[in-house]
Amino acid sequence: MAQEIIEVPLTGKITSVEVKVGDKVKEGDTICFIESMKMENPIMVPVDNGTIVQLNVAVEQIVKPGETIAIIEY
Amino acid sequence: MFGLFESGFQLFYWGNALMLLIGGALIYLGIAKKMEPLLLVPIGFGMLLINLPLGGLMDYELQLTNTTGVPAKVISIEVDKAYKIGENDVILQLDSGEVLAPVHGRLKEIVVSPGQEVAPGEVVATMITSAQTDQAKLPTTPVGLLSRIFAFGIMWQIIPPLIFLCLGALTDFGPMIANPKTLLLGAAAQFGVYFAFFAALATNFFMPDGFTIAEAASIGIIGGAEGPTTIYVTSLLAPHIIGATAVACYTYMALVPIIQPPIIRLLTTKKERAIYMKPQMREVLPREKIIFPTIAAVIVILFVPMSAPLMGMFMVGNLFTTCGVTDRLSKTAQTAFIDILTIFITLCIGATMTAGNFFQPKTLLVLFLGVVAFATATAAGVLMAKLMNLFSKEKINPMIGAAGVSAVPMAARVVQVMGQKENPRNFLLMHAMGPNVAGAIGAAIAGGVFLGMIG
Repeated sequence: MAQEIIEVPLTGKITSVEVKVGDKVKEGDTICFIESMKMENPIMVPVDNGTIVQLNVAVEQIVKPGETIAIIEY
Repeated sequence: MFGLFESGFQLFYWGNALMLLIGGALIYLGIAKKMEPLLLVPIGFGMLLINLPLGGLMDYELQLTNTTGVPAKVISIEVDKAYKIGENDVILQLDSGEVLAPVHGRLKEIVVSPGQEVAPGEVVATMITSAQTDQAKLPTTPVGLLSRIFAFGIMWQIIPPLIFLCLGALTDFGPMIANPKTLLLGAAAQFGVYFAFFAALATNFFMPDGFTIAEAASIGIIGGAEGPTTIYVTSLLAPHIIGATAVACYTYMALVPIIQPPIIRLLTTKKERAIYMKPQMREVLPREKIIFPTIAAVIVILFVPMSAPLMGMFMVGNLFTTCGVTDRLSKTAQTAFIDILTIFITLCIGATMTAGNFFQPKTLLVLFLGVVAFATATAAGVLMAKLMNLFSKEKINPMIGAAGVSAVPMAARVVQVMGQKENPRNFLLMHAMGPNVAGAIGAAIAGGVFLGMIG
């Protein structure tokens, strides 16, 4: 199984988390939303037929670039 | 009685009805479609208010004088009070000629009576108009709520530069400093300004009464996709078309998510749109962010002095945010102050759009050329990005060139959404912010160049 680490692309605040550990996800699914520069930015799944094995963010959390949002196995 | 004989219905006509629909459509787009509601809702409501006759919000008083140049005797009065008058309608017959209405509007009062002698230049009547006139030739006095704000806020060039101060406080030059190449993309998108400028001038080939060079410059600057810049330049160069250029600019900025994607798709392949760009850019030091606005203001204003009111305010606003010791000023500029200014400017813009001003071939042509300006600016930015890719090892996603049209941050947002759709790994927002803020500077410089050449 390959692992895909989803990193925070820009500084902001997590406004909602759309998945939980164990969820099956496909390419284009939304993992969470980061509010930055007055915009809600969706963070999407880049791989197909994956499973969320780790989730490191929660609503209201302030995140910085490079931090891990989630790890997906596919 | 009780104002019954002065109701708005007697002056209401199909043009007003159509403008109510257009104003309503803008309010609808803002509320239901959430398209830039902070702009479209007040602009749309301003349009509504101004198309209810006799409301007087955008009225100017204009004195009509004996323009025949010789002492004359009044022969007859040709129009009734409160009656709608068109441009060049005859108001009075004098024995030495006629007194014509220089603009559309309605009559307020006639101060002479038949048989009376009037000296050259003596006032014979006052009329009320909502048209923007060239104050040097046809001075008017604002007498309405919004016309007063318009005259002293916008025509005196106070509100647009102050909005620039607030935008400066809101702008993060970080992405541009981290990747100075993006300056080129912001500059390339200004091609749209010059394309629309020459297109507007070209109307003289097939229209007997085409656009003047000052009008063409005001139309071209729409392509800079910067509301305050457009209003600032038009108020100085061609105030009589300010309603059209301002409405075009603000409306198209809100419509960027509709205008840009087809052009981007036309000029790029799916593979190019999916080009991945690493999210992390170089960390920009606080010191760099403090030095940048200071040095940029000095250099730009020395090269293009006429851009000083816009660039000066933009950069001082930015310094409020970056210097770290003026947080209170920065916060006010980013929140309350820009909101207050936005209320003033958007209501006034909507209020310039009376049916009489709007339904003229030239206004419709301005709106058309405005969208041409936006489209060519987008295309130029994308093509510039593709050109840069020919020469650099690390490929950039050509879509970020489209963000060079300014329209901060809508254009960057469009690029982000399109990029993520083609490649979910991609996060282009910060990469697009570089050309985006460069485009805002580019637009202010292009405006300053026009003012220096033509103003």
